[in-house]
Amino acid sequence: MKNVLQRTVPEGFKAFAGSNAYKNFKRRTIAEKHTGKGFISLKSVSDMFDKLGIKDGMTLSFHHHLRNGDFVLNMVAEEIKRRGLKNMKLAPSSIFPNNKILVELIENGNVTDIYTDYANGPVAEAISKGKLKGLCVMHTHGGRPLAIESGDLHIDVAILAVPAVDKEGNGTGTAGNSACGSLGYAVSDLKYADKVVLVTDTIIDKAENPQLEGKYVDYVLKVDAIGDPSGIVSGTTKITKDPVGLKIARDAAKLLDELGMIKDGLSMQTGAGGTSLAVAYYVREFMLEKGIKGSFASGGITGYFTDMLEEGLFDELYDVQCFDLKAVQSIGKNKAHHAMSGSRYANPYDDNVVDKLDFVILGATEIDLDFNVNVTTDSHGTIMGGSGGHSDTAHGAKITVITTNLVKSRLPIIKEKVTTITTPGEDVDVLVTERGIAVNPRRKDLLEKLQGSKLPIVPIEQLLETAHKITGVPEKPEFSDKPVGVVVYRDGTVIDTIYKVR
Amino acid sequence: MKRGIAGSLESNDALITVKESDKLEITIKSVVYDFFHKQIEKTIRDTLSELGIDKISVVCEDKGALDFTVRARLITAVKRMEASK
Amino acid sequence: MRRSLLFIPGNNPAMLRNSDVFESDAVIYDLEDAVSVTEKDAARELVSGFLNCAGALPMEVIVRINGLDTEYFSADLEAVVSDKIDSVMLPKASAAYLAELDFLLTEQEKKKGLKKRINVVPIVELASSVLQIDEIVKCPRVNGVLLGAEDLSGDIEVMRTKKGNEILYPRMKLAYACAAYKIDAIDTPFTDVNDGAGLEEDCRFVANLGFNAKAAIHPNQVPVINSIFVPAQKSIEWALRVQEAARQASLKGLGVFSLDGKMVDKPVILRAENIIKKARKYNLI
Repeated sequence: MKNVLQRTVPEGFKAFAGSNAYKNFKRRTIAEKHTGKGFISLKSVSDMFDKLGIKDGMTLSFHHHLRNGDFVLNMVAEEIKRRGLKNMKLAPSSIFPNNKILVELIENGNVTDIYTDYANGPVAEAISKGKLKGLCVMHTHGGRPLAIESGDLHIDVAILAVPAVDKEGNGTGTAGNSACGSLGYAVSDLKYADKVVLVTDTIIDKAENPQLEGKYVDYVLKVDAIGDPSGIVSGTTKITKDPVGLKIARDAAKLLDELGMIKDGLSMQTGAGGTSLAVAYYVREFMLEKGIKGSFASGGITGYFTDMLEEGLFDELYDVQCFDLKAVQSIGKNKAHHAMSGSRYANPYDDNVVDKLDFVILGATEIDLDFNVNVTTDSHGTIMGGSGGHSDTAHGAKITVITTNLVKSRLPIIKEKVTTITTPGEDVDVLVTERGIAVNPRRKDLLEKLQGSKLPIVPIEQLLETAHKITGVPEKPEFSDKPVGVVVYRDGTVIDTIYKVR
Repeated sequence: MKRGIAGSLESNDALITVKESDKLEITIKSVVYDFFHKQIEKTIRDTLSELGIDKISVVCEDKGALDFTVRARLITAVKRMEASK
Repeated sequence: MRRSLLFIPGNNPAMLRNSDVFESDAVIYDLEDAVSVTEKDAARELVSGFLNCAGALPMEVIVRINGLDTEYFSADLEAVVSDKIDSVMLPKASAAYLAELDFLLTEQEKKKGLKKRINVVPIVELASSVLQIDEIVKCPRVNGVLLGAEDLSGDIEVMRTKKGNEILYPRMKLAYACAAYKIDAIDTPFTDVNDGAGLEEDCRFVANLGFNAKAAIHPNQVPVINSIFVPAQKSIEWALRVQEAARQASLKGLGVFSLDGKMVDKPVILRAENIIKKARKYNLI
């Protein structure tokens, strides 16, 4: 079956029918699972498997806020391996290079299905090589809470790494050795999994304003360490020093200004990549120069945004995950810096934040002549990322700006057709590169506003031609027709299929 | 045996090593091999024929160099080889 | 007429391929100080190869070749002179070297059948050149002079400082000589690439001395330089009003008239025209 973008949809999945199609359906939710009584303390990971009766074929979920410093997913993987469990389904909200132990479990059939929003490193490569028995289902950050609350993604046990847990079983990300700030992506798992285990290394008396409420918690397991702080948050996130990236960022900010987006009450989000972040830097300069005060910034939050909050350039920050130490410190002390759940952030049926965004600045691994964006696979088709919040924010924000180099290494970033569609072109408005800016022809309103602009605005076809003049026309790689995964749009439909790489 | 080396393994550059040989041998390693190895080989062949060389060993370790870089590094490597008497 | 001239190291393919995107009025492809002695041959080949095949080139292409007193000079000149370049930058310039370069360029242009005449931008970076500035600006093909403060302060054995008192004399002398011959006075690069505020201050200072351009050693310096060596919005508005008033006056047959209570005569009108020309060129009107 083909979806509306003419991409193949494997049997058993619904086909993507447009980014607004979710409006034709009603929200479905299963009941939240309160425990009604206190939690039980566990002695060890093995004790957890025994007490919870974790067995073949179960679905275990995890969140990724400890990122590349996470120990918890790996501890559970070790135990699955030790016990020789089979056909396990894992649902970590993201997979990082340090989760490489999963490769072995995938190869041996201990793990046969994976649900995740983002995957990078050896596990992603193993999936791309076709080692996973089932399909890797790749959600968006807003689609995952929807899948969980609707029961489409049923979780037997949520095993949640929590930097500090209090005596009532409330969990917080703002204390402990592995403090990581917001725990936004763990909230749906907490509320809707059959059983919930918090894994922590720090017990405190009382958590202030805890993001994870104790009433949902069945078990608490205390271990020596849940993560390696050096892998969790970087000390500081810096804007790019690359002059090409900075030029792109400057032009993007100028463009937003010409479009009248830099105005009082503005709301914005950027990715944490160096170029996206640099756009925030130049937007800040415009705001300071014109004396503008924004309403909020959201998303993964970095020190740049906490600085802007402190300078009074925003009223509030809505934070689903903290990207650096400054953000972690800020969320613990600044009352205007709010933690939010993944659902509140981007679930299409929730009163979500992305729909209130004026503009979002995002990256792209590939973008095509229809403005479809790929951030899921590289040009060989190997998984190296995933939507995360890409397609959620692109849909919600009034203006979606993609900033990217036109050519990376020798590869043009613009293709006739992207290898994998992550975000549909109908939600992508502007592409800013170092050699020109292309506006999606669907946005006649923007093109009109930009008439007479001195910015180098050209048709996207011309940018493709420019790129080919520089690099030559790349040969088309061959793909197999064996699916290894699906890219699930935020409404639960399949927007594209990921194929085995040769 | 005479040989010449030019270029580097920095990104967007290529390291080209040429050696005297009794036949034409071209070896290409590239970070964009699947997309551009034919184009790189064509550039190498065209440059060699411009230089009037039909027997030589060329090893190109490419880090995403554009054609002008491959060509310039090859010419420099050949000139260095010829000067290495 | 230039504001910014960006140096790009000649042996760096990554920098070369993006050299046209940084919005500098000229790019200087450097075969001299940015290239180590073991890579002179490679850089020469790379720069000439790049210029011959690049799809998009900067507004003005300048190549800094090695000096006349070096073993690389002849090969550099032979390799780079083509229709693709606009100007040659000559280090350690003197009036005598410039005369010789003019002769050699004429020879090259004839030999290669060039359709254009190559300009020359000499670098004044020796004490002896400073004393010769009025000769240098008169040399054929010279349409701008770059002050090279690093070598110059070495030559007169003083410490180079951010404030630049040690180069005040050559700066003033160069500004006057260039103004007299209506060519670009190009200031020495500001070497601390991480000090944006310092760069801005330095630009303002030399703009007030009469410089109309500055060299950059990092692309990130270009926007600051461009923003300062450009007529300010206020002076553009003034110039447009002068032009309009002059048009009205000439309709009435008046040579001299007054605007805002100030007398406007030919030199003022010329200055206004220059500002407008520059503003048009840089897309400000």
